[in-house]
Amino acid sequence: MSFEAAYSGLGRLDRLSYRDTMIHRLDPRAKVVATMLFAVAVVSFPRYEILSLLPFFLFPVLIGAAGDIPAGFIARKVVAVSPFAIFVGMLNPLFDSAVVAIAPGVSVSAGWVSFASILVKFALTISAALLLVATTSFPGICRGLRRLGLPALFVSQLLFLYRYLFVLLEEAMRVVRAREMRSFGKRGAGARVFVRVVGTLFLRTVERAERIYGAMLARGFRGEVPSMRQETLRTSDVVFVAAAGGFFALCRFVPVPQTIGRLIRGLAG
Amino acid sequence: MHMADALLSPAVGGAFWAGTVGAIGYASKKLKERLDDRRIPLMGVLGAFIFASQMINFTIPGTGSSGHLGGGMILAVLLGPHAAFLVMASVLAVQALFFADGGLLALGCNIWNLGIYPCFVAWPLIYRPLAGDGRSPRRILVASLASGVVGLQLGALSVVLQTSLSGVAALPFGAFLLIMQPIHLAIGIVEGFVTAGVIHYVRAARPEILDGTASSPPPGAGVSLRNLSIGFLALAIVAGGALSWLASVRPDGLEWSIGKVTGKGGLPEREHEVPLALKSLQKRTAFLPGYGFKPPANEAKPKEEAPSWPNIDAGASISGLIGGFLVLVVTFGIGWAIRAFRGRSAP
Repeated sequence: MSFEAAYSGLGRLDRLSYRDTMIHRLDPRAKVVATMLFAVAVVSFPRYEILSLLPFFLFPVLIGAAGDIPAGFIARKVVAVSPFAIFVGMLNPLFDSAVVAIAPGVSVSAGWVSFASILVKFALTISAALLLVATTSFPGICRGLRRLGLPALFVSQLLFLYRYLFVLLEEAMRVVRAREMRSFGKRGAGARVFVRVVGTLFLRTVERAERIYGAMLARGFRGEVPSMRQETLRTSDVVFVAAAGGFFALCRFVPVPQTIGRLIRGLAG
Repeated sequence: MHMADALLSPAVGGAFWAGTVGAIGYASKKLKERLDDRRIPLMGVLGAFIFASQMINFTIPGTGSSGHLGGGMILAVLLGPHAAFLVMASVLAVQALFFADGGLLALGCNIWNLGIYPCFVAWPLIYRPLAGDGRSPRRILVASLASGVVGLQLGALSVVLQTSLSGVAALPFGAFLLIMQPIHLAIGIVEGFVTAGVIHYVRAARPEILDGTASSPPPGAGVSLRNLSIGFLALAIVAGGALSWLASVRPDGLEWSIGKVTGKGGLPEREHEVPLALKSLQKRTAFLPGYGFKPPANEAKPKEEAPSWPNIDAGASISGLIGGFLVLVVTFGIGWAIRAFRGRSAP
């Protein structure tokens, strides 16, 4: 992904997270817990399971729709990060050649089934993670993690990283562009120039950090980044987590699509 | 390479999350004792720096392909192991959240693979002894190369182990290893060179930055090994016990190798109440026990070593397909309807 493309994608996700919808107003802890439960439930399915995974799509779909997150944006990002999973899973058909019939008259090697299962699990977990950020905002997640028990030092550090990420990305972009303009093509892209570029960036970073520290000291910084937002758990948060957890448990242990299918066929006579 | 959720099992993911959270807590505690507040913005900004510099590519001489910085080693040299680990953990967390790089369950594994090995293994055991007082550029280069290579080899090995233990990808352990290790050897060498270059640059420009860490005590000093071991053991038991009953019935790589070694099918079963109850619950609820559809109740279920794929009852599979299709239609229909409704009622 090119520098500019990655940077603008980051900005968009960040902007989406500051909207105000029903989902955005939920407590960050509730959303983090629900998303982790989702990931565990999805990943706990056996290798060849596909059908029972399908109802799980309801979670990202609902969150995305209620949170007003553009579906195409999420879908494109899922596709963009899929290479590793595809690369590893693609070899499943090669190594697992037991033949299985998935429908009357249609049979494939079991490796394709497990590959498809990996892809479905991937789409589910990645979209849930993206939607978590898109509906919660990074500082919100950090606050939630702090209240869930992560050390204050680590959370402060996360917040600083986030705060200065955009600043540093812009600075890096300037440096990269300068390098490009002086390179006449590939000549400047070697390791020696890179080392100098990164070294310069690092020194500027350290100096910037010292200025930041001085400025924060002058404003009363004492080690932890305080937040004015009073976040208490409300009934809606508890209901959300309970409903989500209940739904995941139901779909994990009851074969929903098969049951629905049988009902339909039963009704159809 | 970052691990992905889809390739993990809950047990492996949970175990590594437990380990990572423990390590974060440990590093935070160690840092708090010796840290002055000045370091906090520095760590945050350095995290952003690593992030940004990972986006700058450089061409690898001789191959024409491009690479980018990992950063664990540079951070360890510049900040010391505990701070470096926290910074790497935060960079990976941001990557997982904003770039969906891997997923949330795999984040524990990724922080472990890309943070623990460079900061707590390669830096103290390889870089520090080799680099000495850090004044000779040649020694720094050697130290960077060695620690870069080892750190990345361990990380790659870790990924292979996690994938194989999870049993989701069919790639055999050996084949995966043969693919991952050589690639990461090359990456490690490049990273070693680049690390040495940056350290050299910083030493030339502002040597006092580097001198701060040369005198720091090695990680692990001052923490009772017994407490640490008990803590990790407890976390591992909780993670393994609570999550492994969700694990697949099929023998995974670990059981397979245990079976080969001991000649038995798996670990010897302990006759305790709770595992038995959980096992019967699992038998009742497992939809695809042994990856075949449930045989009729009156048929004695044979004890099989390799799960077989019986001829699938055509009726069951049609129901499944119908139901699956319907579920998808309803699910995305709900999503579409909500958006349409929201669109109409929005000002």
